[in-house]
Amino acid sequence: MSEKIRVLLAKPGLDGHDRGIKVIAAAFRDAGFEVIYTGLRQTPENIVNAAIQEDVDAVGVSILSGAHMTLFPAILNLLKEKKADQIILFGGGIIPDEDVAALEKSGVDKLFTPGATTEETVKYLREAVAKRKRDEKII
Amino acid sequence: MTVLEKFLSGDQAALARIITFIEDRQEKYREVLARLYPQSGRAVKIGFTGPPGAGKSSLVNSIARLLLARGHRIGIIAVDPTSPFTGGALLGDRIRMVDMPTDGSVYIRSMATRGSSGGLAAATGNVATALDAFGFDFILIETVGVGQVELDIVDTCDTVIVVLVPESGDAIQALKAGLMEIADIFAINKADRPGSENIVAELNMVLELKRNKIEWDLPVIATEAINNKNIDRLLEKIDAHLGYIKTSGLFEKHRREQIKNKLFGVMQFHFNNLIRQEIGRITDLDKVISDIYEGKSDPFTVGESLLKKISGIQPLH
Amino acid sequence: MIEKDALKSLDEKKKNWEKKAEKLRQVKSRPRFITVSGEEVKELYTPEDLKNFDYNEKLGLPGEFPYTRGIHHTMYRSRLWTMRQFSGMGTPRQTNERYHYLLNHGQTGLSVAFDLPTLMGFDSDHVRSLGEVGKCGVAVDTLADMEIIFDGINLGEVSTSMTINAPASILLAMYLAVAEKQGIPFAKLRGTLQNDILKEYIAQKEWIFPPRPSIRLITDMMSFCTDHVPQWNTISISGYHIREAGSTAAQELAFTLADGFAYIEAAIADGQDVDKFATRLSFFFNAHQDFFEEIAKYRAARRIYARRMRDKYKAKDERNWLLRFHTQTAGCSLTAQQPENNIVRTALEALSAVLGGTQSLHTNSMDETMALPSDKAALIALRTQHVIACETGVVNTIDPLAGSYFVESMTDKMEADAEKYLDEIDRRGGVLKCIDEGYFQREIARAAYRYQQEIERGERIIVGINDYLVEDEVITIPILKIDETVEREQVASLRKIKSGRDNDKVKRTLDDLAMAAKGNGNTLKAMLDCVRVYATEGEIVDTLRPIFGEYIEPPII
Repeated sequence: MSEKIRVLLAKPGLDGHDRGIKVIAAAFRDAGFEVIYTGLRQTPENIVNAAIQEDVDAVGVSILSGAHMTLFPAILNLLKEKKADQIILFGGGIIPDEDVAALEKSGVDKLFTPGATTEETVKYLREAVAKRKRDEKII
Repeated sequence: MTVLEKFLSGDQAALARIITFIEDRQEKYREVLARLYPQSGRAVKIGFTGPPGAGKSSLVNSIARLLLARGHRIGIIAVDPTSPFTGGALLGDRIRMVDMPTDGSVYIRSMATRGSSGGLAAATGNVATALDAFGFDFILIETVGVGQVELDIVDTCDTVIVVLVPESGDAIQALKAGLMEIADIFAINKADRPGSENIVAELNMVLELKRNKIEWDLPVIATEAINNKNIDRLLEKIDAHLGYIKTSGLFEKHRREQIKNKLFGVMQFHFNNLIRQEIGRITDLDKVISDIYEGKSDPFTVGESLLKKISGIQPLH
Repeated sequence: MIEKDALKSLDEKKKNWEKKAEKLRQVKSRPRFITVSGEEVKELYTPEDLKNFDYNEKLGLPGEFPYTRGIHHTMYRSRLWTMRQFSGMGTPRQTNERYHYLLNHGQTGLSVAFDLPTLMGFDSDHVRSLGEVGKCGVAVDTLADMEIIFDGINLGEVSTSMTINAPASILLAMYLAVAEKQGIPFAKLRGTLQNDILKEYIAQKEWIFPPRPSIRLITDMMSFCTDHVPQWNTISISGYHIREAGSTAAQELAFTLADGFAYIEAAIADGQDVDKFATRLSFFFNAHQDFFEEIAKYRAARRIYARRMRDKYKAKDERNWLLRFHTQTAGCSLTAQQPENNIVRTALEALSAVLGGTQSLHTNSMDETMALPSDKAALIALRTQHVIACETGVVNTIDPLAGSYFVESMTDKMEADAEKYLDEIDRRGGVLKCIDEGYFQREIARAAYRYQQEIERGERIIVGINDYLVEDEVITIPILKIDETVEREQVASLRKIKSGRDNDKVKRTLDDLAMAAKGNGNTLKAMLDCVRVYATEGEIVDTLRPIFGEYIEPPII
């Protein structure tokens, strides 16, 4: 049978600007992905816990409050700590170029900034998931 | 260590992987299920069904919290529809289940129906088996809730709660349509809204007839999941129902019925695959179809004879 | 509006014209001719579109019913709009410095932006505040912060707008307490609180309590202000955020008006007299990119409001029929690519607000898709308003676009579309019910997705996004960075305040607040006592949370 792309979309931090993440959610659904949306103001701990339980291929995080340099590293660290760093972390928001570079260097797979299209995002996620190999034996 | 071994040692991430494996029907998934099945059977399964917007997720959330407080471990399966056009799905039930403990005492899994129409996904029963085998005490299952009767839930759960809201003015219609047949308990959620007393009274009236015929009193509870009101009463009724079915022997009867259905389901699945696999080998299907199309034969005669060729089984009449 | 003979002769001429136009239509300069909201626009509007147009009924005179042409008799010839740039950042001290800078450069009103922890009712030392303190605005924990923000600014002389919603009463209480310390009587204070919680559930999503207790906080405030702070505008009913969340212009108009009417109905149900409180309600709209659609929106807004206030809510005082509004140019129309273009976008949007008769205006800075405004960008934004006011000549005459076949048709259509939504909201049982069911949220999410798809299909061109790109663009405008030490400083100053105050008094006033909240006491009055003894915002919210409950969003995607 087919292996569906499953992706968790989350909104950490305190801002309530969910227009972007909801547009992405709809675009992912239309691309045939299963999108788990966990709502506003999730703590990094909740996000990582949900990602593991849902066994998602990727976690997409939207931050527009300026707290990205605190929140992305927190999520990355938790993923590592819980040995779940096979899960791809990507995101979007109002993030200055230098911060994008720093975060992508530290392990965030990809960051989208204003003006990115849903098409780009869909294409990115398909390729990122396809590239990733799981090293595991089920039985 | 294989994922299955990790699963058996209690690793929740491995449980999550196994569920994906089952859900995607990846190679050898039946073998995995065969290994898990003997460890299952201990968990109590409670189903929540009802129209969209009735607050099923909130109710599941509130009940789960009470069960957690009693020291139980809880698995939750929340099902949402797959878009028939794109194959994608938006799974939003976790929004109502935030701030659950992250200590492993509760596990939530969102599932998309992936083409199934009975209110659950085709794999939901198997996923419940995995959760059961993992050691959860209770498994709470929430159906899609498209407003029609969702029979899958009966085939998967021990106790079924039908969730309605005061605005379901056509509740009586819904009952006539068959919700009464599947409900063990009714929850009228969002009971702070106008009309809640009316619907409770109406329901009680309609149910009176059925109550006379069975020993279980089919309770109707007015709840406010968001404000945590009357959730304890709902849980009392769940306890009472479980007690009733266990002492009356219905529990075993129902589970045996479920096993029978599962058995038939498995055979049907294999049989369907067998037909698809073999049909090309024993006949030129295009030619058979052309013959029927041109009126040289009919699907009934040809179907019977092909079945005999594949399996040696003489069809029943 | 036009005589019969003239219409007949036009009809004949049009047949001829039609023949010529038919051929030329094969060539199209744009894929579709639609507004930003997706409404089809005809190629030509003529007197035929206004056949039964009654000037007196639809437009009237400025300053008179139904106020389509503006709420004042002389409009900008007597007084320009208030130029009110929204700002606030970092520590209270930094914000105070920015205010002195703006006041010295010709700004005429203050507008406070708070940081997210303050907007959500968390103190700066709360775990949820981590990484957010001072980022999107100024951090306020106690009265001490408010004292610094307004240091050297006479509250009797400025008008102050505060963009705060869920905890609005607390911040107003602090402002009142600062005035007390400056020796300014409450009756002299002028300003506006956003205080529009309904649009939080609908669009901006900075909520704390569920809708019903939140409305109670608002009616308490309205009644306190009627008695003690009579010049204070208690609610700025905001469509801005509804539009930013992706709604169409008609949705922005209708949902905002519906919210306004819901507050009015709540206050009336609370026993308040519409003629006593309605003058202090004002509106806040978005100025998006579609020039004429926006102008039509403002004109239709005044007309709908005036009719309902007079006929449905039976306000007797004519001043209560006026819809006064603030406008902010659309943040969501700005691009991170070629950011200097945003100056042009903002100027055009601001012009539509002025032509639509706004009472006050905020013009966005070009760098807002990247960060809070730098000093330079903030100054250009303010100067944009000065150029419009002084150089373009648009203030010379009132409502100069009135009578345009297109603008009047569009105003009528906007009104009809909004009325349709208002009926639908009524049919669904009112604003609160629609919020519970996620009606607004779903409508907006759909419109936002449609808009994005139109851009991606190339049906809409956004300069620098899907056309007119600059390869390997290097951004050269200055970007403001908020110092990461702000959080530490703010937390340290909060600790200092907490250790220096009288904790017994704090506890007593918080207990009194709890009593008021559980019973029928006025919550704003009780909060004023709390802030006077330096209770923190977070402590006040924590006192109310167990009584009022917490809001959880409906799962609308």
